[in-house]
Amino acid sequence: MEPDLNTGAAPGPATGSPPAPATGPADPDGAGWLRSVARGSVRWETGLFLLVVAIVIFGAVTSSEFLTSGNFFNTGVTSGEIAIMALPMTLIIISGEIDLSVASILGMSSALLGVLWSHHWPMLAIFVAVAVLGIVAGLINGLLVTRVGLPSLAVTIGTLALYRGVALILLGANTVSNFPSTYTNIGVLPLPHTQIPYNIAIFVVLAVIFGIVLHATATGRSIYAMGASPEAALFAGIRVKRVKTMLYVVSGLVCALAGVLWTFRLSTAVQNNGLGIELDVVAIVLLGGVSIFGGKGTLAGVVLAVIAFAGLQNALLLTNFNQEATGIVIGALLLVSVFAPNVGRLRQLSLPRWARGRGSRSGRGSPQAPAVGSGT
Amino acid sequence: MTTTVTERREPAGAPPGGGSRRLTERVFRVRESGIIAVLLVFVAVTTSIQPSFLNQQNLQFLLINTTVYALLALGETMVVVSRNVDLSIGSVLGLSAYVSAGMFGHHPGIPIPLVFLIGLGIGLVCGMANGLMVAVGRVPSLVVTLATLYIIRGIDILIVGGNQVTAQTLPNAFTNIPRATVFGIPYLAIAIAVVIGVGAYYLRSFRSGRELYAIGSNPEAARLAGIPVGKRIFTAFTLSGGIAGVAGVLWAAQYQTIDSTAGTGYELTVISAVVVGGVAIFGGSGSAVGAAVGALLLSSINSALNVLGFPQLWLEAISGFLLLLAITLDRIISVRLMIALRRRSPGVGT
Repeated sequence: MEPDLNTGAAPGPATGSPPAPATGPADPDGAGWLRSVARGSVRWETGLFLLVVAIVIFGAVTSSEFLTSGNFFNTGVTSGEIAIMALPMTLIIISGEIDLSVASILGMSSALLGVLWSHHWPMLAIFVAVAVLGIVAGLINGLLVTRVGLPSLAVTIGTLALYRGVALILLGANTVSNFPSTYTNIGVLPLPHTQIPYNIAIFVVLAVIFGIVLHATATGRSIYAMGASPEAALFAGIRVKRVKTMLYVVSGLVCALAGVLWTFRLSTAVQNNGLGIELDVVAIVLLGGVSIFGGKGTLAGVVLAVIAFAGLQNALLLTNFNQEATGIVIGALLLVSVFAPNVGRLRQLSLPRWARGRGSRSGRGSPQAPAVGSGT
Repeated sequence: MTTTVTERREPAGAPPGGGSRRLTERVFRVRESGIIAVLLVFVAVTTSIQPSFLNQQNLQFLLINTTVYALLALGETMVVVSRNVDLSIGSVLGLSAYVSAGMFGHHPGIPIPLVFLIGLGIGLVCGMANGLMVAVGRVPSLVVTLATLYIIRGIDILIVGGNQVTAQTLPNAFTNIPRATVFGIPYLAIAIAVVIGVGAYYLRSFRSGRELYAIGSNPEAARLAGIPVGKRIFTAFTLSGGIAGVAGVLWAAQYQTIDSTAGTGYELTVISAVVVGGVAIFGGSGSAVGAAVGALLLSSINSALNVLGFPQLWLEAISGFLLLLAITLDRIISVRLMIALRRRSPGVGT
């Protein structure tokens, strides 16, 4: 969360920024800012913050409902689980991997919760069982990725189907909905004396913990290192495999928690709970400025992206825009998030130094690569 | 897209000695024949338990169910082989299905080939948009096609707006496309098999097809070797989009009720089929035939569960498990092969 810690994590903008202070004092502030936008050296988080402000203004102008506490509660409560799942996803993507099975782990946990409750287990035992299930699911992902050495994209597409399939087997076409109101109240009641939904409160606590781990501990720095260069991280003595496995386990556990919250919020356990939201989670993380190649991004950016995502959906809902079609806006923002950092790089494309630098970098990476086409 | 350094699938060492080349060829043959063997064993076991699995009606049903997936798998193979991924195919299929089939309602009597051309056109435009952004913008295809997955589905929802195309508006000649048979084999399945054959031949034997593999093996080396990387990747995405567009029209003919959810989630199923069929997710190896057999295997499992009286509920878990098994076995084999190659030609390995 500390800005000075983040700058080291984003080598792209950082290398572009040294000229900015030099031109800064000479230029009138407005033009200098614009220029640094063009150069891509303005922090993505700043842009996101402006976006959030714009969404709030848009919402407040177009709907009198938008800035009410009831609406704040509704917006928060409906996006709480996605927000929670975005936190471990941030760490996984920064470490250079991906986890597409998150929504299926949510569904599987929800199904297990429903089945065990209908078998009259005590709630505490159910929580333990669901947590163990989440940990095991994450461990399977992690071991297949790190120990067998499989690409995480393929592994988690496989477990996406597998875990959703387990949810189907557990619950079938049944629906369990007779949960005690003590638990299901989290969907309708805020924390006492506030307007904050329970799942958002949990998100805030987890965001602080994940933020500290990512930005202020050695483990967090090692996650950036292995995302930037797995080999260099390994040679630097970082236990890449162990840390990545841990990240998947944490992701599994957090998604199991999200599954419990989702089930209680809707007071329904069905096998298709959270179907397809893995792409929403990935979209939020990428929108938050995290690079899909790993090694770059901040948790603050992801938190801002969560707010932007929820605010946008809510504002469009209140303005009677076809809510399903908010995907157009989300998709467009995603494209901006991936093109914006490249604007600066494309400008530098003409510099021969850049071209040479890139060539030598890939040259160093290639000795392992076989001569293409020689065998075929 | 992430751990690219350790995921080399092309085991061919730099100077291909006679021994290592023969070994490589054998493994390439195994790649294909492995999945075909699995399919045959699976069909044999299922038939021995329940002979009605191989009756004509069930086989026709199975082939028709596979066509859309196999077609999509061809386009996805072209993209994946070049170390990219196209997540937008499900949305393209949905948009194309609704708009093209909707033509029958808006313009009664419109010729069916024109409807297919409309579907193709929609797909090509979407594919070109993907290809332009990936090739010119040099941004990761995973992110670009994730974004277009949302955008194209959003456009679809805006166009559909709660309506749906129903079977009544579709002419019989159109809805009969998946049903027409010759000697008991659906015409459509034959047509798709020919298309996949042409696609596989293009990838295997044409210069531009081979170059897609080269790009997937090592994009930087391909660029240095003078391959027009951007152009090839653009072509791959355009073809994938066009194929998804045509698949959308076929989907409409098959299901006949089209709303804004058509094709949702197909992208991951198709990628599963492609990977089960032996196409490496990080590019450089695999074939269109393998991918099509992968699609056929997945729908055979679906059909077999039905015939054997298994609860349909097991399908998803089994297909997920199968995908994991396929990539794990592939990994083990390629690691073994790497060791074997290194022993044969000391000094070549890393």
